[in-house]
Amino acid sequence: MTSGYAVVAVVVVVLGAILVGTYGLRVSRTTSDFYVASRTVSPWWNASAIGGEYLSAASFVGIAGLIFAYGPDMLWFPVGYTAGYLVLLTMVAAPLRRSGAYTLPDFAEARFRSRGVRAVASVLALAIGWLYLLPQLEGAGLTLNTVTGAPDWVGALIVTVVVTANVMSGGMRSITFVQAFQYWFKLTAIAVPIVFLVLVWQVHGAQSLTKPDFPAFRQDTEVSFQRPTVVHAERPLVVKGTGEVDGNRVENAAVLLAEGYHRIGQGSEFVFPKDAAVPHLSTMAHNTNEMWSLPMSSGADFPLYGAYSLIIATFLGTMGLPHVIVRFYTNPNGTAARRTTLIVLGLLSVFYLMPPIYGALGRIYTPELLMTGQTDAVVLVLPTRMIDGIGGELLGALVAGGAFAAFLSTSSGLVVSLAGVLSQDVLRVGGVRGFRVSTVLAGIVPLAMTFVSTGMPVADMVGLAFAVAASSLCPLLMLGIWSSRITTVGAIAGMLAGGLPALTAGLVTMFTDTGDAWYEILLSRPAAWTAPLGFAVMYVVSLLTQRHVPSGVQRTMVKLHAPENLGLDSSGPHSGEERS
Amino acid sequence: MPKPTQRVVVTSPRTRAPRARRPYSGTREIKEQSELGAVYMRTLIRAQRRLGLSVCLVTCGALGLLPLLFAIEPGLGKFRVLGLGLPWFLLCVATFPMLLLAGWFYVRQAERSEREFAELVERP
Repeated sequence: MTSGYAVVAVVVVVLGAILVGTYGLRVSRTTSDFYVASRTVSPWWNASAIGGEYLSAASFVGIAGLIFAYGPDMLWFPVGYTAGYLVLLTMVAAPLRRSGAYTLPDFAEARFRSRGVRAVASVLALAIGWLYLLPQLEGAGLTLNTVTGAPDWVGALIVTVVVTANVMSGGMRSITFVQAFQYWFKLTAIAVPIVFLVLVWQVHGAQSLTKPDFPAFRQDTEVSFQRPTVVHAERPLVVKGTGEVDGNRVENAAVLLAEGYHRIGQGSEFVFPKDAAVPHLSTMAHNTNEMWSLPMSSGADFPLYGAYSLIIATFLGTMGLPHVIVRFYTNPNGTAARRTTLIVLGLLSVFYLMPPIYGALGRIYTPELLMTGQTDAVVLVLPTRMIDGIGGELLGALVAGGAFAAFLSTSSGLVVSLAGVLSQDVLRVGGVRGFRVSTVLAGIVPLAMTFVSTGMPVADMVGLAFAVAASSLCPLLMLGIWSSRITTVGAIAGMLAGGLPALTAGLVTMFTDTGDAWYEILLSRPAAWTAPLGFAVMYVVSLLTQRHVPSGVQRTMVKLHAPENLGLDSSGPHSGEERS
Repeated sequence: MPKPTQRVVVTSPRTRAPRARRPYSGTREIKEQSELGAVYMRTLIRAQRRLGLSVCLVTCGALGLLPLLFAIEPGLGKFRVLGLGLPWFLLCVATFPMLLLAGWFYVRQAERSEREFAELVERP
């Protein structure tokens, strides 16, 4: 699917981001401008910015792709991404703002008065941030590949360069307004095509989405295989074209694919006949549309464990994401932080109504993606596939632009917060120069990682970042805010006990092939065992080391919990003012 | 005409004993980290923790029951509401208003308990 309009849309989005970034260069001057947008941001702007930053590649393309491939079990992704904000609202929003922390390491230090806790929190925040940036870059590669046919690394490189340059020049002030705008743009980009797609589906006779048949080609469909692919044919079918099937070279001829597994070579191009059942990628569940629409149909081992692990990771992980935390500092006080979070909850709810519709329509209109395995592309391909002519092209361009906006905004937010952590805790170079050097470093590392990853679905990768956050920084925040018995030793032990296994599991899943081993699900969905481990170790070790309760913990608790208007916060200078 | 006599009020404590000290306000108790201040803060933190945890557990607990329910009774998946399969209806449509409602309730209650706390500690 190569489309001129889509290329134009991507270019416009990228140029727009650069322009706003340059404009930001002129207005941001002081260090505090760079870090916290001078705290002049209203709740609606702030909430839109959080939404804009949070709706990443996983939300825009990934969720629809997973639902398309694996059915309703994957609905836990959008539900979890939203419910995470409810947990954040009820457990940490106001105290976090009142702590005056700009990054998670800042919070760790403000609460525990310990460089050690701060250092561990910094390393974990960096790891989570990079783990989260990686799928954004992969998503950008996929999008550019789908609309232009460019190799995967081009999209990743463009996003890295634009984001790094932008953050270096404008800092966060420009980013806040860019992000806020991005939410509304992304919502438009995903919602407007839906209206037309559903209309077209109605015009085509509102074909049932849950028929007891395998997905079938609606017309003769030419499919090119970009990597060696093993597929399973549910019914025998005859394909025509050029390429390699089961090791035999085929030159412009017809081949019979009997029922069963077939290996199709890289670079093969075959035309699949109308009405034939679509072969599935061998690693995917082979479901009829009826089976697909039922829960527990994804074909994974231990689906119940998988579902609960995903729930724990997303519900608890949201609060530990480094780019989400930063936004709370730009609220004027704790009450505003709560209201902002409530608005975010609303904005996300509206957005997440859309991806499942793409996923379901994809079963009818773009079933060949089940065979090539590029399920993440379903959002990008549907508009041009369902609507002929210029209308479809324009809607496709809108979606591609929205997707690119998603990668740019999430990556910007992540790079800003990672640069903050890097410049203060790792490089220890202050001022604007330190921030700029850190920005470059924050962008280059994940770009390098894209070259070695194995290309799992982007939403799954994001799920791993959530799992690490849920197992390490979430216990730190929850227990740190609500219990005055947590000690420095306990905090460090808990973060390591939860974070390290989750991180190791994530890296193993991403960079090696674990295949069908029985423990595969424990590694690809680690949160259900690592998060309780992190909480338990942090609490128990704290009880055993009560001598190490940080000094002045009562004063810290007053600062975290007392409403600002009482003027109780007399516990020394604010960490914000120290910096400006 | 003689000028009207100018009246001047002269006051002084009638006793030689020192006046009773004005009681400290709650804010001062908290600032000075007295026992009473600690009690005030503990009350606030406990109230907020109870509120946050209960909103969180009720909402997330209700959601968390769903996978178990679908696993125990797979027939539920075939049930249809408004033309959608039950899992789709619950997860795509019903969840989001519920989360919003829970969030709204929490914000209202949390702000109320902070107002009550402020009234309590600012009373002279």
